[in-house]
Amino acid sequence: MFIINDLLSLFVSTFFDILPIAIIIFGFQILVIRKRVKNLKKVLFGMLYVLIGITFFLLGLEEALFPVGRSMASQLTNPEFLQTVRISVGELQWQDYYWVYIFAFAVGAGTTIAEPALIAVAMKANEVSGGAIGIWGLRLAVAVGVAVGLALGSYRIVVGVPMHYFIITGYVIVVIQTFFSPKLIIPLAYDSGGVTTSTVTVPLVAALGLGLAETVPGRSPLIDGFGLIAFASLCPIISVMAYAQLSEFKNKRAAKKLAMQDNFYMNKKVEEKTDE
Amino acid sequence: MKQSFYLFFSALLGSLRDLLPIILVIAFFQLFVLQQAPDNILQIVIGLVFVVLGLTFFIFGLELGLFPIGESMAHAFAKKGSAFWLLVFAFCLGFGTTVAEPALIAIAEEASEIAAQGGLIAQNEESMNGYADGLRYTVAVSVGVAILLGVLRILLNWPIHYMIMIGYVLVIIMTGFAPDEIIGIAYDSGGVTTSTITVPLVTALGIGLASSISGRNPMVDGFGLIAFASLLPIVFVLMYGMVI
Repeated sequence: MFIINDLLSLFVSTFFDILPIAIIIFGFQILVIRKRVKNLKKVLFGMLYVLIGITFFLLGLEEALFPVGRSMASQLTNPEFLQTVRISVGELQWQDYYWVYIFAFAVGAGTTIAEPALIAVAMKANEVSGGAIGIWGLRLAVAVGVAVGLALGSYRIVVGVPMHYFIITGYVIVVIQTFFSPKLIIPLAYDSGGVTTSTVTVPLVAALGLGLAETVPGRSPLIDGFGLIAFASLCPIISVMAYAQLSEFKNKRAAKKLAMQDNFYMNKKVEEKTDE
Repeated sequence: MKQSFYLFFSALLGSLRDLLPIILVIAFFQLFVLQQAPDNILQIVIGLVFVVLGLTFFIFGLELGLFPIGESMAHAFAKKGSAFWLLVFAFCLGFGTTVAEPALIAIAEEASEIAAQGGLIAQNEESMNGYADGLRYTVAVSVGVAILLGVLRILLNWPIHYMIMIGYVLVIIMTGFAPDEIIGIAYDSGGVTTSTITVPLVTALGIGLASSISGRNPMVDGFGLIAFASLLPIVFVLMYGMVI
């Protein structure tokens, strides 16, 4: 029953991770705000649930997803495996790593959907926008962003282009999009970059980056192993704004179409009237 | 009782649905690309049950504890009208949640190894530990400053996109001057700082503030704190790399 042992020790270490936050919150509540917390019992239970939730979540990931994910990342980047699936001849070319890109894309999308912090933000955004921003719409848009980001990031490690070229290009795209996106979505889009990469995504992605940087000739794991997270936090900003732009465009077109139909019937009515 | 059991059960199903994509991805790659079965199916199944349970508990606790406390504190600060204490709280929240973050500690240690190998610092235990700690506190301070700036923005109604753009420009300029070894870490440090507990708390704080100050729209003004918390560490870490 080693799992129960792990569970307890993980519970304690999560507790100490949360402790500073709890001290800050209750310290300010007692010393500065000086008011009793509304529904204190409920809030404390809620925090206990969060603690239990994170403990189970982390232990489960550690038992199930991470070992498999890590071994897959190292297997997919293994030169022996790459020899069996390659499409070019001679030395390994960047396109021979196609399974790596597909894996990065799929893992990025999959882990993002399971990311608790993103679920939290999506719930809040849905509530605050009065339902205009769908929970699933936002989560899928972010997932696509992370997926593209990770695929692009692994491609960068394989070809060895300095990452700041990509990041600066990304910044330029974000700035341009900012001027054309609906105003309501912009802060949320900026936020979505930061929330995507936490508990689930970071450990899996780190394994992938390290595996690639270790096996691709000419890359140093210490320098090139980093950078995937940066891609995964930049691309969702772009994809969320693109999603908002697309839905705005669609709404506008639908409204236009509706207006045209209205006109059509109005004209018809006018014609009918003149017929009489 | 029966109803809350039903609620819990449907939440469990929801969590299972959230996990389905990543399970399918891993199963597909195992079976069709690598063509092997994982060695320890039982352990994986138990682990997945834990993940589903954990996600369910987390989301329950989120709505019961983290969201309400974040918002009620924001309301209380707005009512009290003391901007000073609000800003102190914002800084403490950012600093306190980041400084003990396990992902950050791990990344700071790796960074010190890179710095030692790259010849930026002496290759001994002491200077490496010093470097790692310095980096960790730099990031924690930067997240504190970021939340403080974000709250200040909500109070003073500054336009977010200009602030973010200034941040981008700073990052681009500093990339040109910072040592190559630090750039990857700096860019990554923006993403790792925002943890699963910080994000809901900070989001609730921003939205609570924006909805209790008149003339602010929670959608436009409430979000954006996380954005600062993931941009500012990049700037600060690049700076750290240049100074040391």
